[in-house]
Parts: sequence; C-alpha cells; structure tokens
Amino acid sequence: MKSFDFQRAEGLDHAARLTVPDTAMPIAGGTNLLDLMKLQVETPETLVDINPLGMAAIEDHGTGLRLGALATNTATAVHPRVRSDYPVLSRAILAGASQQLRNKATNGGNLCQRTRCYYFTNIDQPCNKREPGSGCGARQGIAHLHAILGTSDQCIATYPGDMAVALSALDACVEIASPGGNGRNVPIRDFHCLAGDTPWRDNVLEEGEIITAITLPAPVRGRQIYRKVRERSSYAFALVSVAAIVDIDEGIITRADLAFGGLAHKPWHDPAIGDMLLGQAPNYALFDRAADALLAGARGYGENDFKIPLARRTLAAVLAQATGVEL
Amino acid sequence: MTVHMKQDEPVTDNRLDTMHQGVIGKPLSRLDGLAKVTGTAPYAAEYPLENCLEGVLVTAKITKGTVTHIDVDAALGRDGVVAVIDDPKLAARAAQGTAGEAPAQPARSVGYWGQPIALIVAETFEQARDASKHLGVEYVKENGAPLDPDTVAAELQDGATRQGDLAHAMTRAAHSVDATYTTQGHASAAMEPHAAIAHWDGEKLTVYASLQMLNYNIAELADALDLDEDRIRLVSRYVGGGFGSKLGISEDIISASVAAMELGRPVRVVMSRQHVFQTIMRRSETTQRLRLAADNSGKLIGFGHQARVSNLPGESFAEPVLQSSEFLYGGENRLLELEVARIHRVTAGSVRAPGEAVGMPALEAAMDILAEKTGIDPVELRLRNIPHKHPANGTPFSSHKLAECLTQGARAFGWDEGPRQPLQRREGEWWIGTGVASAARVHNVNEAKARVTLRPDGTAVVESDMTDIGTGTYTIAAQIAAEMLGLPIDRVLVDLGDTAHPRGPGSGGSWGASSVGSAIYLACKGLRGKLADMLGADEESLVLEGGRTSDGTPIGDLVRGEGWSIEGHYTPGKNAENWTVAGFGAFFAQVRVNRFTGETRVDRMLGAFGFGRVLNAKTARSQCLGGMTWSIGLALTEALMFDPTDGHLVNCDLAEYHVPVHRDVPDCEVLLVEERDPVASPIQAKGIGELGMCGGAAAIGNAIYNASGARIHAYPMTPERILGAMPE
Amino acid sequence: MAEKITVNGVQHDVPADPRTSLLDFLRYHLQLTGTKKGCDHGQCGACTVLVNGVRINSCLTLAAMHPGDSVTTIEGLGTPDHPSPLQRAFVDHDGFQCGYCTPGQICSATALIQEIALDWPSDASEDLEGRIAATDEEIRERMSGNLCRCGAYNNIIVAIRETVDAVAEEDRDA
Repeated sequence: MKSFDFQRAEGLDHAARLTVPDTAMPIAGGTNLLDLMKLQVETPETLVDINPLGMAAIEDHGTGLRLGALATNTATAVHPRVRSDYPVLSRAILAGASQQLRNKATNGGNLCQRTRCYYFTNIDQPCNKREPGSGCGARQGIAHLHAILGTSDQCIATYPGDMAVALSALDACVEIASPGGNGRNVPIRDFHCLAGDTPWRDNVLEEGEIITAITLPAPVRGRQIYRKVRERSSYAFALVSVAAIVDIDEGIITRADLAFGGLAHKPWHDPAIGDMLLGQAPNYALFDRAADALLAGARGYGENDFKIPLARRTLAAVLAQATGVEL
Repeated sequence: MTVHMKQDEPVTDNRLDTMHQGVIGKPLSRLDGLAKVTGTAPYAAEYPLENCLEGVLVTAKITKGTVTHIDVDAALGRDGVVAVIDDPKLAARAAQGTAGEAPAQPARSVGYWGQPIALIVAETFEQARDASKHLGVEYVKENGAPLDPDTVAAELQDGATRQGDLAHAMTRAAHSVDATYTTQGHASAAMEPHAAIAHWDGEKLTVYASLQMLNYNIAELADALDLDEDRIRLVSRYVGGGFGSKLGISEDIISASVAAMELGRPVRVVMSRQHVFQTIMRRSETTQRLRLAADNSGKLIGFGHQARVSNLPGESFAEPVLQSSEFLYGGENRLLELEVARIHRVTAGSVRAPGEAVGMPALEAAMDILAEKTGIDPVELRLRNIPHKHPANGTPFSSHKLAECLTQGARAFGWDEGPRQPLQRREGEWWIGTGVASAARVHNVNEAKARVTLRPDGTAVVESDMTDIGTGTYTIAAQIAAEMLGLPIDRVLVDLGDTAHPRGPGSGGSWGASSVGSAIYLACKGLRGKLADMLGADEESLVLEGGRTSDGTPIGDLVRGEGWSIEGHYTPGKNAENWTVAGFGAFFAQVRVNRFTGETRVDRMLGAFGFGRVLNAKTARSQCLGGMTWSIGLALTEALMFDPTDGHLVNCDLAEYHVPVHRDVPDCEVLLVEERDPVASPIQAKGIGELGMCGGAAAIGNAIYNASGARIHAYPMTPERILGAMPE
Repeated sequence: MAEKITVNGVQHDVPADPRTSLLDFLRYHLQLTGTKKGCDHGQCGACTVLVNGVRINSCLTLAAMHPGDSVTTIEGLGTPDHPSPLQRAFVDHDGFQCGYCTPGQICSATALIQEIALDWPSDASEDLEGRIAATDEEIRERMSGNLCRCGAYNNIIVAIRETVDAVAEEDRDA
C-alpha cells in the first residue's frame, strides 16, 4: 500500500472538503478499496474515514424505505422490512461475497465497488480504466468475465455487484451529498455509467460527493426473484444475474421490472424488455422474445460468447419461475 | 545404532497385527489437533525473531529476456527500505520435487512473465510491499517466446509403450472409442502462502520455511547458496498445505537466506497470494487422445492413450498423465505416448496426484462412452477389463482391490437403482444422474530414516525431518511407535520437520506414511530387541502393552542410562522392478444439472479405496475426503487461464481461481477396503493422499452426461461447456 | 493519549502506520499468529476474527479504523487446556488437516451459531422470514467464505452441526 494521510471525517461538510482533491478518497467498509490499495490499483494520498458520520440507519421513508449509506450489507439484508417488502434486495445481497465481507461492506461502498477485470487489478497490464490510454488487455486477452452489452472499444469490464442489480429492478434512488452542503438524488439506473470513451468513470459521483443513503420507493405487488449464475455455488462473482419483480393478474403479466448483472459496465436495465412482457400471457416463446430484446445489441469477445445464450436461458428460468409457467 | 532394511522381498509377517497395544489403525484424533484449533501451532512466518526485516519479491513484467539494470539507489531512498537484493544466487523458479539441487538461477534471466527478479527488504511489511511496486528495472526483451502449447512443436518423452498394432485393433473392434479430451491447468493453492524466515548467525543459517521435503530441500538450498549442508538448518514443523507446491525450495526461501546473510539480520519473506500463483508450480494443461478397442463382450483388445503437456524449456518434469493407464486395463495392442511442448508460462510441476489427477478423468470418461456403445453397465465393463498382471511388462500386482471397490462401492451407493440412459430423472429445473469411475494411483516408497528413543521414564520420542503437511504424520508416527513398543499413545512424543533430525522421505508422491512409518517400525523393532535382551526373551515373542511387559514390569525400568536411541533406515529395494504396486478404488457420484443454466451441483459422492493397511482410520478417511473434494474442483470449477499475448497467469487469486467452497461439497462417503500389501512396505501400507482424486472428476463428468445428455470432452465442466453440449 | 484497541480483553495502542491492516496488527505487532493470512484480499477467510462479536475478514480493514473496538481472535476463544466446544469438536471430527484455515473456520463458525440464533437468512434459506433451521445446506452456505484446500469440509460441517445441536439442546433445557 502506498503511504497515505489518514483522516477521520467530523461531519459531512468536513468529509466533502477533505475528499475534493482527486488524490483523496473516502473509506467506509473498505472491503473493496483496501483490496485495491494493496495492489496499488488505488493510491490515495489522503484516506478519509467516513464511519464517524453515522448514516447507518435503515428507516421508513414515506411509504418506502431509506437505507443509510453506512448501513452494512448484512444489516440491510436482514432488516425485517427489506425481507418482507423488498425480498429481491435481501436475496441479491445474500448472493454476494461471504458473510464476513457483508458484515463489513456498506451500502454506499457496495455501489462504488470496482470491476473484477483481471487486467484492471494487475497494475503491470494495460487497462484504460486504470490507466487511460494504456489499452485494453482483456480485448486481446482473456475476456471470460466480461461484458456483452454496451461495451466500448476502450473497455469491456463489467460492474461486478449484486445489490445494485436488485436496486435497479426496484427503481431505487441514490442520495448524494455534494460539497458546499448541497445534495442531489440520482436514480440508481442513472448512477453507474457505461464505459464509452471515459472508462475510468464508474459512476456519476463528482469529487467531494458522498453517498448518504439509498431510497426505495413504496413496495409493489409481485413476485421478487434474484437469480445468480456463477462458477461455484457460493462466494463467486456472477456470470449472469437477473433481478425480477413480476406480477400476474388473471394470467396476464401486469408488472415486469427486470435488471441484469454480469452483462455490462453497469447493472443493465432496458425498459423495452418489460414493455414486451406487459399485457401478455406468459409462455416460453414470449420469454424468448424478451431475451431477443435484451440481447439485440449483444456482442461477445470470444471467451465470453457463452454469456449470450446463458443470459437468454437464465431470463427464461427466472420468468418461468416468476409466472409459474411449467418448467 | 541403526537398523537397516532394503526391501527386496514382500514382507508378509504383518508384525503390526501381532502387537498388543491396539492403537494401530484406530481412528485417533490428531495429536497436533489442539495446537491447530487454538492457533498455537507455529507455521513458517510465525516465529518471533528479534529485529526481523521484511522482504517482498519484485517480479518481471516481461516474458523472456534479461534484466540489465535495477535502480537500487532510488529504491533505497524510499521510506524504510534497507536493501535491494539482486544477487546472482536468487532463483528464477522453484525447484522441482526431489531435485536435490538448486533451481534455475540467476533470477535476472527471465523465462516467464511474473518471474521473481529481486527482493526488496525494509523495516516493515508495508514499506517493503510499497517499494516493490516501484522498483525501476530495465530489461533487454526477447520477442517471440512461444506461449501456446497447442501450436508449438513438442518433444516425445522416453518410456512410451508400443505393443501390437493399435490402429489395426481399432478397425477390427466390435466397439471402439476415439476421443480427445482437454484439461486446463491447476494450482495447488495451499492455504498457507509460501513463506520463510531466515536467520544467519555468521556461521549457521536457520530457515523456518513451509516445505514438504526437507531431506531434499536442504541440499537444494545448500546448492543454491553454495553453502555446506551442515551449516544449514531447515525447520517446517507445521505446513499449511503443500499439494506439491512445496516439494522444492522456492524463491522466498532463497531470497530470504541471501538477504539474511548479506544484512546480518533475520529476514522474513511471505509471498503474496498473487506471487504464489504466478511463480510457483502450475499443473500443466493437457490434451489427451484416448483410443479404446473392444470385442463383443466389452473386453479391450486395444488401448491407446497419448497426451501432450507443457513446461518451460530446461524443466525435467512432464505431467505423467499415463502413469496408471499403463496397467489399469488390459488390451494387448497398446500405444501410450507422452509429449511436452516447451512454452514460456510459469513452471509446470507437481500438483496433488501429478499425472493421474488428469489422466484418469480422461480415460474414465472414454470408458463411459465405451460402456454406452457396448450396452454394458459401466461397473461391469470395468470389472471385465481388470488385467491379471501388468499388461505391458507382465509383472504381477502386489495386491489389487479394484473389483472389490467397484462392487462394494456400487452396493453402498445404490448404483443399480439409477437409469443408465440420460435425461431420465428430473426434479424441477434439474436433471439428475449418476456416474462411476475407477481410481488408480501408483504406489511409491522412498528412503527414510527416523530415530526412536525409549527413555527410562517409559516414554518414547520419534524424530525425523519428515513433515506433516496435514496428512497426519505426527499421529500415525506415534501410533506405529506406540503399537510396537506397547506404550499408551500419550507416552510417545513426535518431533518432526527439523533437519537436525535424521532424514525422512519427505511428504510427496503419497509415500510419506509408508516410508517414514517403515523407518519408525524398524527402529522400534531394534528397541524391542534390546528389551528382549534385558528379559532374556526373544523379540518376536515379546508382549508389550500399556507401558509394561507381560509380567507387569514397567518398560522404562528395563531401559539403561539416559535411554536407548535407535535409528531405523528403510530403503526401497527390488520390489519396484518385480511387482506392479498401486492403490485402487472406485468413485460414484450423483449430480444435478440445471437445464436452463448448466450449473451443476454434486448431490452425493462415494469413494471406495484399497490402499493397504490403514494406519489411522480417521486421518485416512480425511485424506480420501480431501481427494474427493479436489475431484469436485477438477470436474467443475478449477481452471488456470493464461494471457495469449505475454503468457501471464490471468486469474492469479482465490477470487478468480475457483477452488471448491463449503457449499460445493456434499456429504461424501468413504469405504476403506482394507488389505495388507506385503510388497508396498514392511508395514503393508500404501499411499493414500492422492488416490482420492485419481478419477473422481470422471464420476462427476459421467454423471453429468447421465443426467443431462451433455457429453463433454473438457474439464472443468463449467456452465459454459455444459450449455454448449446439452441437447435442446 | 494513543487510541486503544482491545484484543482478547487486553488493550493495545493503535499502530502508528495507518496502513497496518488489523490482520498484520494482530500477527506482526501483537504476535497473535493464530489469525492466518491466506490471501490478504478477502478471498479465503483464514483471517476471520470477531469484532464486537461480528465476524469480518481482518485483512480488509485497517487497525486504525477500530479504536475502541473489541477484537476476539482464535486465541481468545479457547486454549489447548481449555478449548471452546467448537475447538473440541473440530479435533474430535478431524475438521482440518493442515490446520491453516482452521482458526478462521472456527471464528466463522462461532459467529454463525449466533447468526442462526438471530434468524438471519442466507442465500440457502427457503424463506427470508421466520425461523431459520440449521440445516447442513445452511451451514455450508454460511461457511462458504472460509476456504479449506485440504478438503476437510465434510468434517467441519459435522463438527459445527454437533456444536449447533448441543447449543440448541442447552437452550431447550434452560
């Protein structure tokens, strides 16, 4: 780890002020940041411990729920209201990492976790995300984990998390404190970025901005499912994951909020997929058309070509389970 | 006094069975158990030495070439940095198992991406690690180093078997299989990263290290440092797993030693997990062609197994893929050939069960196809093809329990209940099926010495530089001595892992227990002789039990002076030439395959194994469970991936190299089909540690086919591969 | 005055270099080497300790982030003379081979028993709400953050199972 100046935030404004320079970073749970600092993928000169800020409450928010940015993943997943009203979120969190990591990782930090691309985490390899202009090792190399949707010439990394995929299906909102006491709310679906020509940018946070909470809208009717396909049965990142909230009324699909992990530089949400399903009677032909919509722009990079059929089939499995179609 | 034995003949007296203490074979808990579960057992990096410096390796960012300049001055200007070690003695690679000489030097000559080239030494670990990322290094690069094992020309290895005419047998066979399989590389991934603390007192070098074979390692280190062996002491009391990766000395040990000698302070080097992956041994990937020619009754008339593996130029090791194929099944027309492609990836070497771990899963997958083609039950097909003697060299088997393992295993597993056609059983999203495979692993013994001291207080001490890498050596050593000397187990102290003691056989090749156990047995026989002399009795009729002779005399009362020390010295003899000695077994697995996603879970697994005398039923079973767990990893999850441009190991950590986790491993059942193998060793025991994974992956792969109809010719069988092979 | 961190009931100064991970603080500064470093990146679980009763990977947190916290390591759970019930069960059922992952497994399992008692669900739970049954599958999922390369998983599950059942029986009797 590179040497750094360690500061403790005394308040939000103080934290914002300390983290304005691009050489400073906030640390919460630290489970991803310290991992990357040991590899010197991240080399902050100032590390600002924001744990003294509290922000760990999980509380009612109108008819919805407000999840403090510093609430741990575990506290969120086991919260009675999350379990009863937003089970897709509990399921997504519990499908990720290990109990030890979830006990330390925070909600805000989870949104900011960085890609698992092997070339990003190896500082002796080219990576446009880590070192702009150095090239993309994965495109010429091993792209096993990599994206098939919304990729760019610059970067084919995926967003690795599970929680944000569920939040995307739930249409959650990210509460952000900006320097100078201002704040803003960004829908989760707009929070993460595609790589485009700025692959170093994972999300819309500006310097000095700190996530304070995630807000969930009022609970909705419907079956909630989080399905994660991985290469071992636990403690592995997703090859493909699907978060789904699906409701059926008299044999017709009346809600289909879907988001996908493992496919893109951000949790993938495409309203066209839900639109295709709404008002229809569930069957495999319909699920296939929904997959057509999802994968219309999909592109494999050799090693990850399998994700295209895998995403199609996982979506079918989830929709069949959600709608009770015979397996 | 030393009791020697060179074993040229079977030993059929089964002396351990004639003793009276009754501890041999018993499922005793490990004697080192409480130390391990309370965190008080010291591993290599955990010896508290005053004034200890911390070293971190710096690795090459090129594939092939030479380091021409290292900016030492800039590094010394960094916070806490004490030295940059780039001595010509630093090793470029780890030593192969049983090398007994220094591995490739100097480190400045680069042969693979990620090779260690220097050591940064600093006052603290963080200072050293930080500086290691910023060392200025200049290279002269050599372009065009071959990286792809499939496209480079390969060298045929000596020792091929060519008998009869396989091609002709294939054409006249009633049923034949001609299939090519691939396996990806594997990492040992022992939980304890390679680590060493070196201490130089000006005369003598003491190194606390994580090693499997101190008897060879001391010679390797002596050679690397150009220092006499008697000026080196190696200590490896607890080893956090080896699985082949700690057979030879590695870069951490040599660099820590060089640094300690140069700086006059103790130096600790603990490899990062990434460095362990990138610089220690990989198991080679393999491409294997299997040809099986059978007559109408399913009996093999032709057997072909040809394999291609890879390694760096200059390495003697070639993954011995065909080892058990040589003798497992009959077939008079035989062709077995192994070739090595020379490529510039990290050194290939031993990873648990080198050879059979990947050769058997390919062979046993091909046998499953043959069973389907002949319409013969896979268990029955195997039974029909067990040869009566080695099918090529004609030597007899010392003992052979494959048939018993297959039949007893099938019964215990409920094999006959399963449909043998694929796609017959479904539960919701999951196809369910079962598979079987044979297990086979050659048995080896190695020269071994151990000292046993019987003391007047009625206790005994067993000493050897043999290691316990989790196999249970401490416990079985005590059991053998306790049984032979008639002592309660708690009166036997076992002191291992220190080159101050007599040279053991080392832990590797599954030969540890039978070899060092034989040395202990011999020493104890010598001690029994002395006791018999005191009593005017004859050794063979001496009855010792509970610390007393048959007339109730405490054994210690017969001991004179400070105690009697006898060294047992066991040497393998002509048995290996005259006999085929191997452990055999059978695996049965039930899996479920998700019809949407291709995800596979093992529901249950059973292994039946015959490996001679069981020295401790609890630790023996654990060894088998470990092997079966590795079988699951090999079948489903484990695969090294290498970059095509520079050959670097891409998935070099435990997040992306997927060893099985708790949830991947179901209840596994182990049947110990006990026997006495008089050829294997004077204590009639054979190797255990590796047999449990020699074929297990095929039981899982064959079950995947039986469940889902996906016939896959590549391990691991990932969702990607299963989806690609599953019928719509 | 220097900030303090409590380890196994004893107070220590927080280390001066803020880079020091809690793991290195335990191993190198306090010589509490029972807590193991297997990967240093939260990928193996060998470094698992309890902080204020909650299990975490000590490699992925800074000692400087824990002033006032109470850390329990394997050495704090039991000793060779007085092992904890789980430590004893691991010995009886051979829940380890090389022993290197073992302290992490035991610290994890110690917390797991509490987590199930609190009815925290896991990825293996059929229902997110209600009582959680300590099935083998539940225990396996909850222990999956602790790798064991020797392959002692079967025996570890039996050791935990026995201890969980004994705790449940005690609770019933109480």
